[in-house]
Amino acid sequence: MSQKILLNAKEIQIILHRLACQLIENHQGFEETVLVGIQPRGIFLAERIQQLLQNEYKIKEVKTGRLDITFYRDDFRRSEKPLEANTTKIDFLVEDKRVVFIDDVLYTGRSIRSALTAIQSFGRPKEIELLTLIDRRFSRHLPIQPDYNGRQVDAINEEKVKVNWVENAGEDCVYLINE
Amino acid sequence: MGELSVNHLLGIKYITKEDVDLIFKTADHFKEVINRPIKKVPSLRDITIANLFFENSTRTRLSFELAEKRLSADVVNFSAASSSVKKGETLIDTVNNILSMKVDMVVMRHPNPGAGVFLSQHVNASIVNAGDGAHEHPTQALLDSYSIREKLGEVTGKNVVIVGDILHSRVALSNIFALKLQGANVKVCGPKTLIPKHIEKLGVEVETNLRKALEWCDVANMLRVQNERMDISYFPSTREYVQQFGLNKDLLGSLNKEITIMHPGPINRGVEITSDVADSDHAIILDQVQNGVAVRMAVIYLLASKIKQ
Repeated sequence: MSQKILLNAKEIQIILHRLACQLIENHQGFEETVLVGIQPRGIFLAERIQQLLQNEYKIKEVKTGRLDITFYRDDFRRSEKPLEANTTKIDFLVEDKRVVFIDDVLYTGRSIRSALTAIQSFGRPKEIELLTLIDRRFSRHLPIQPDYNGRQVDAINEEKVKVNWVENAGEDCVYLINE
Repeated sequence: MGELSVNHLLGIKYITKEDVDLIFKTADHFKEVINRPIKKVPSLRDITIANLFFENSTRTRLSFELAEKRLSADVVNFSAASSSVKKGETLIDTVNNILSMKVDMVVMRHPNPGAGVFLSQHVNASIVNAGDGAHEHPTQALLDSYSIREKLGEVTGKNVVIVGDILHSRVALSNIFALKLQGANVKVCGPKTLIPKHIEKLGVEVETNLRKALEWCDVANMLRVQNERMDISYFPSTREYVQQFGLNKDLLGSLNKEITIMHPGPINRGVEITSDVADSDHAIILDQVQNGVAVRMAVIYLLASKIKQ
């Protein structure tokens, strides 16, 4: 197994600021916009972006939720290992809101497909956008593309992209792992 | 999160503490789902479930059907009263005929103890026992424990008394298994005639004085007297039963602590429990019903995930 660093803490920090600014460009005061982190790994990125927007860019309130897609996945009973559910926490209705999905890695696009179905349980959003830190652009199974993108990566299927956050792994770093 | 150790839910007797924890953890997620504006997930859209009720039921049947529908399963219902069972068809034949229509899971209530186990040995489908005679009613026990966990934080170490007709009650037996499995202390309370012999072997204590039992417990699970299962007279009169084992506001108020009241339904108001107690803040009877849907969704989801394509 070999691994190389794709992004270090400083590079991640710069990218987070850029993504936050791009969001502000399109959503200004965030009155009609909600961020939704996709469980399990998108929630850290969503909370980082929320903190940046509120603390650094002085936006009053950025509503942020967590969406679990386990029960909406298309591989139920098809995968060998059991699917593990996580907590969904969306304390607001998304009816007529502009929703931004946030996930760390966009790979096949199947999680986002599931999330598009899952979010409908909370109302009919006005629009849905997608923000990802890493876009594995040649690995898509479905016609889904990010609207805001940290870094595009050309990785082959045997390789794995792992995003570590201080919150879950003690460091901010993105690895490309070859197993 | 793992998967269940069993392919059927036939009774609490056959599952482990880890299974119970997994079911509760999954039920937590489903409880959130059923409080959403749209209370439905598409997980089981390629699963068909037959609800076979050879015995009457309102709550359990509705609860199972809602749970199945909220998981997007296809549901067929069957009740013995309007079926060919009356024409002399055997249980295995009935179920195999239904399964040949491509049914993946069977939820069954049957008046004979062990019907679920018997069926699981002879047909190729996942079986959920929704009550078999006076034997087990596993999903009821799971939702009871889940409700205790929700109200009191945990089940381990809690004192639970089951009051009433223990002899004819599948709810009592499943509850005893489930509570002991999770490390609760259990007493049963009722007329001596309605307490099975050797029940102490299950690790429960017998108490025939309701007041003493209530002073001891954190939770009292009040059971109905199952007149329909009684072939002989087990106590002199309903009036005498009410005086000795009925829970009323005065008795509840005279205890030196607050206890939680549960009832699996259907309630005979004024017999095992008076209306003012059943409708008081102490009672979590309607929470039990709501939790029932979440717990049954969890059971069905986890069993369905073991049906491989």
